[in-house]
Amino acid sequence: MLQKIYDWIDERADITPIWRDIADHEVPEHVNPAHHFSAFVYCFGGLTFFVVVIQILSGMFLTMYYVPDIENAWRSVYYLQTEVAHGQIVRGMHHWGASVVIVMLLLHTLRVFFQGAYKKPRELNWIVGVLIFFIMLGLGFTGYLLPWDNKAFFATQVGLEIAQQVPFVGEELKTLLAGDEKIVGAQTLTRFFAIHVFFLPGALFALLAVHFILIRRQGISGPL
Amino acid sequence: MHKGKGMKFVGDSRITADRKPNVPKDYSEYPGRTEAFWPNFLLKEWLVGAVFLVGFLCLTLAHPSPLEGMADPTNASYIPLPDWYFLFLYELLKYEFASGDYTLMGILVLPGIAFGALLLAPFLDKGPGRRPHQRPISVGMMLLALASVIWLTYESAANVDWESRAETNKPVPPGEQAAIDTEDPGYAVYENSCLSCHGDNLQGGAAGPSLIGIDKSAEEIATIATEGINSMPPDQFSGTDEELQQLVDFIVSVNEESGE
Repeated sequence: MLQKIYDWIDERADITPIWRDIADHEVPEHVNPAHHFSAFVYCFGGLTFFVVVIQILSGMFLTMYYVPDIENAWRSVYYLQTEVAHGQIVRGMHHWGASVVIVMLLLHTLRVFFQGAYKKPRELNWIVGVLIFFIMLGLGFTGYLLPWDNKAFFATQVGLEIAQQVPFVGEELKTLLAGDEKIVGAQTLTRFFAIHVFFLPGALFALLAVHFILIRRQGISGPL
Repeated sequence: MHKGKGMKFVGDSRITADRKPNVPKDYSEYPGRTEAFWPNFLLKEWLVGAVFLVGFLCLTLAHPSPLEGMADPTNASYIPLPDWYFLFLYELLKYEFASGDYTLMGILVLPGIAFGALLLAPFLDKGPGRRPHQRPISVGMMLLALASVIWLTYESAANVDWESRAETNKPVPPGEQAAIDTEDPGYAVYENSCLSCHGDNLQGGAAGPSLIGIDKSAEEIATIATEGINSMPPDQFSGTDEELQQLVDFIVSVNEESGE
């Protein structure tokens, strides 16, 4: 039955070459933990992506309850934490995932760095990877404000004050992020929400796509 | 790929009519014990992922995500603190060479050099050798940066009393402020003895925790009011036994209402 459905689609869309492009690639011995235990260091990148998937899924469920508005943001998070079935687990996954993804990203970066795997011809992929790191830090900074509790509010205020001190563009940068020259309030929350949920994830997906395509085109770096 | 004359298409489309076989590549000619990604290696990857997920879920279940009280921009006594992975940048700004007149050093120059060097590492470290001992400068710089980041994060985190922070900033359930009866004789006593630390709505403040949602008996509350607890000094309450009774009744009644 499944085979017939596949054949029906394949006859019309010729998907076999696409599928074989995705599925067919070799895994060399030196990155396979089944043969060399130390090859577990090669899992860091994949696990980082795994946590990113957890973040995307748990974040999608969080937006079902979250209200990006200063009156209701905190209340909606509190309601999610105390009243919604498994709400605490879903928010917990998003909260801890934000920390774990930074840890895994750091480990992955260190693995690539100490193995010198960023050398020619992989310079471009290293740059894309560091940009992904920056995007992740941006996601952490913007997401920290969203529960609208005291630590969120005051940390963001400090962050914006630091942004303000950048020469020449500081004031504009702060206004762009906060939505107002002075107030950290309703505008800031909606802007951070939009940045956290639409702008940065969009950039993240594009960079991840480039990262993975480059890995597939270049193959994994050889043994030291 | 078959091209040109004799090619057959599906209908008037550009899809070729002869189907390609859907078979995996053969990796037997590859060096070493090379394995196919699909499905052999992916299954092993999923095993690692499953173990990782179990550990991650244990962490989530053991430590519920924290939530502090609703943001109060008028709270002047709150000490701001970023998430832990920004602590090292935050701590850097406390050094003399990175604050005051030299703030730009702390917010732009030093982080700019560090992250810029990270971004451009392939162009700074151009030699052919990949092994760490063949590129001592870049590896040394990375170890130095790593040690600084760990040290700064430790310095920043070690000086924070995380438990008392969490205790004083416990969330107050919404709608409970209204339950406080300021006409109660106990509130007058509360106003005199407790309000300065525990807030006008029992919501807590910088010096004292919230008194709403506490799990204490009337006797325990009376003891704490006279003898203190943890960082609360003794003799905070000064008055007659009758006033003490009114105070305790008031606090207990607020907690009973909020517990409903």
